[in-house]
Amino acid sequence: MLRILTARLRQGHRTIGYPDAPPVLPDRYRGLPVVNAAKCDDGCAKCAQACPTGAIDRRKGTLSLDMGKCLFCAACVEDCPAGAISFTSEHRMAVRNRADLIVSDRVSAMAAALDEKSRRLFGRSLKLRQVSAGGCNACEADLNVLSTVVYDLSRFGIQFVASPRHADGVVVTGPVTANMKQALLETYEAVPAPKIVIAVGACAISGGPYIGHPECGGGAAEWLPVDLFVPGCPPHPITILDGLLRLLGRMDDGVKAKGDRAG
Amino acid sequence: MARPTGLILHNASAAPTERLPVLSVSELREAVIGGVAAGARLAAFFCASQSGSSSRLVAVLAHGASSTLEAYAADVGREYPALTPDCPAAHWFEREIAEQARLSPQGHPWLKPVRSQSQKKAAAEPGVTDYFRMEGDEIHEVAVGPVHAGIIEPGHFRFQCHGENVYHLEISLGYQHRGVERAMRGPITARSIHYMETLAGDTTVGHATAYCQAVEALSGTHVSAHAHVIRAIALELERLANHTGDLGALAGDVGFLPTASYCGRIRGDFLNMTALLCGNRFGRGLVRPGGVGFEFEPARREEMSRRLAAARRDVTEAVNLLWDTPSVMSRFQETGVVSRSTAIELGLVGVAARACGLERDSRLEFPTGIYSFAQIPVSAVETGDVFARAFVRWLEIQRSLAFIEERLATVPEGVLRSPVATLKPSQIAVSLVEGWRGEICHVAMTDAAGNFAAYKVVDPSFHNWMGLAMALRNQQISDFPLCNKSFNLSYCGHDL
Repeated sequence: MLRILTARLRQGHRTIGYPDAPPVLPDRYRGLPVVNAAKCDDGCAKCAQACPTGAIDRRKGTLSLDMGKCLFCAACVEDCPAGAISFTSEHRMAVRNRADLIVSDRVSAMAAALDEKSRRLFGRSLKLRQVSAGGCNACEADLNVLSTVVYDLSRFGIQFVASPRHADGVVVTGPVTANMKQALLETYEAVPAPKIVIAVGACAISGGPYIGHPECGGGAAEWLPVDLFVPGCPPHPITILDGLLRLLGRMDDGVKAKGDRAG
Repeated sequence: MARPTGLILHNASAAPTERLPVLSVSELREAVIGGVAAGARLAAFFCASQSGSSSRLVAVLAHGASSTLEAYAADVGREYPALTPDCPAAHWFEREIAEQARLSPQGHPWLKPVRSQSQKKAAAEPGVTDYFRMEGDEIHEVAVGPVHAGIIEPGHFRFQCHGENVYHLEISLGYQHRGVERAMRGPITARSIHYMETLAGDTTVGHATAYCQAVEALSGTHVSAHAHVIRAIALELERLANHTGDLGALAGDVGFLPTASYCGRIRGDFLNMTALLCGNRFGRGLVRPGGVGFEFEPARREEMSRRLAAARRDVTEAVNLLWDTPSVMSRFQETGVVSRSTAIELGLVGVAARACGLERDSRLEFPTGIYSFAQIPVSAVETGDVFARAFVRWLEIQRSLAFIEERLATVPEGVLRSPVATLKPSQIAVSLVEGWRGEICHVAMTDAAGNFAAYKVVDPSFHNWMGLAMALRNQQISDFPLCNKSFNLSYCGHDL
């Protein structure tokens, strides 16, 4: 018993300060991409050729990158002779609309909060059921980590629950394999309305590396009305947390004041 | 009859396919059944190609004692006498062969698909298939999954119970099937490395390394010692993160919250060290054909050393609480026992095998890269129970920590990433990596144009799922979560 108490003292309080304090991210972290078509040479589309998932659209005079397909591998950056694409350390990437994941010269929108009625319902207590539908266990792992002492998700009133009957929504990972489609849809059906759907990771948004495979679909939005898209492969836990808090209107942009969103 | 000799390969080496002996079915049976009986392991067994009514089967035996791999081929018709009745380690492979190549291994005792890749319809219905059933008034059946209570991947578990007692557990997988092996056939594309990195996301470094070793063998690419050291550090960090997370989860499953919450955090500390290397917590972007994608500068090494020392202190304290707590030990000990003989028969690998006293570890038996020069002792425990699987992890955590600390002291200089030539035509390469769950085996075969004619992936989970089923025999059904966590097998790594 004494050893348990000593260990408790020594291990200390380890919950991060976020969202009151800015997150600590590795220096090589690849966050929000920015593109600058003005730097492109005419006729060059090396970035689009390097991209494993067809996330880059490079047609005459334009350059855009779809974060919903992006694996954040930076193969495009490596192959671009002009430095027209770069990945910033910006972690706030979750959006409400699929189209807002497409990064071009214009600044895209960060996730807006749910409508007033939904916020009244979910704002202080949101219970989620997670369904992995072909996820590789990386997105799942970084969702799981939100419940550890480091992120302590329950301090925001958000919890992952065991039964869809107890849930206010589902969090989908994976490209939705043919073999999991029915189980996903039945789980969604079992959640009482009103309910929300959150797609986490490139697979759940677009199919990711598995786009076009006959064995799986192109993500959750093919089957379900998605309310929040969290891009990444996998997204950093902070990106997921930021998205959840934005959805609930819990980010009063205290973080935003500390550093304007790049791009 | 003397056992036929196969094509002898070393780990991560290639040879012309024409040197692969094509045996008759009875010779193949003799070679594999006899080889396994003499102590070899069946590392891979698959259908490499089909033409007309003829199918070419390829088997790879792993001889740990001589650090050699032995490959055989045989052409079979629609039916052939199954190996499984004489070599149980072949049972899952032959179910896969029957499903993928639509062959009929005659005499296989339980020939049903391993991935629910129904040929008739696009999607399989969850849990709808034939299961082994017991009859009797007091017998009841429990069905769990594919959607589970926690944040985990999908699989279906069917228990045949008498009261609380489990007589039989059947595990039905395939929900995660994404078509990786099919997509790997043909030329290397921009997606190939990403298939490997997401094959089992928690084993990104392990599978990416197995793939890169195969590509390097097939293209004759030399990888610098510098890059090998960075790969090995990343592989051990992956082991540290997952083993630490597993020990925390095992503690959670028996309601011992101190270790559960500390290890949940410390696991993240290890993942963040991988992110220090490459920006991603799972090692995405780090291992690339020819070497690695990121520099490992002296300042970064110092930072990792500092973090490693802190994590060593924390994990030692957190994990040792387990062994000192009688309520934990009474739940771990004698729960979910797999006997040594069962482990040998099924061909278990990795932590599950070493927990049955089998000294199987590819890092020592089939070393590549820096493991050829810096050996890690095998951590084995004899008891085969949940405690053994937990304690093997703890021994391995300590050895991985020591290994990384040693590597950080002297990182040899060298090229970060060597250019990779095109793949040589008509070759076969076998690549083994000891991932945190156990032996990862990739077998790559090229065609006359130098494209992949076949790409076979054997995740350690493929060998070990049956081990979990055996561990549940005569256990309380309430011990299933604990037993399951003590194996912590991959669903997507199996389903591919």
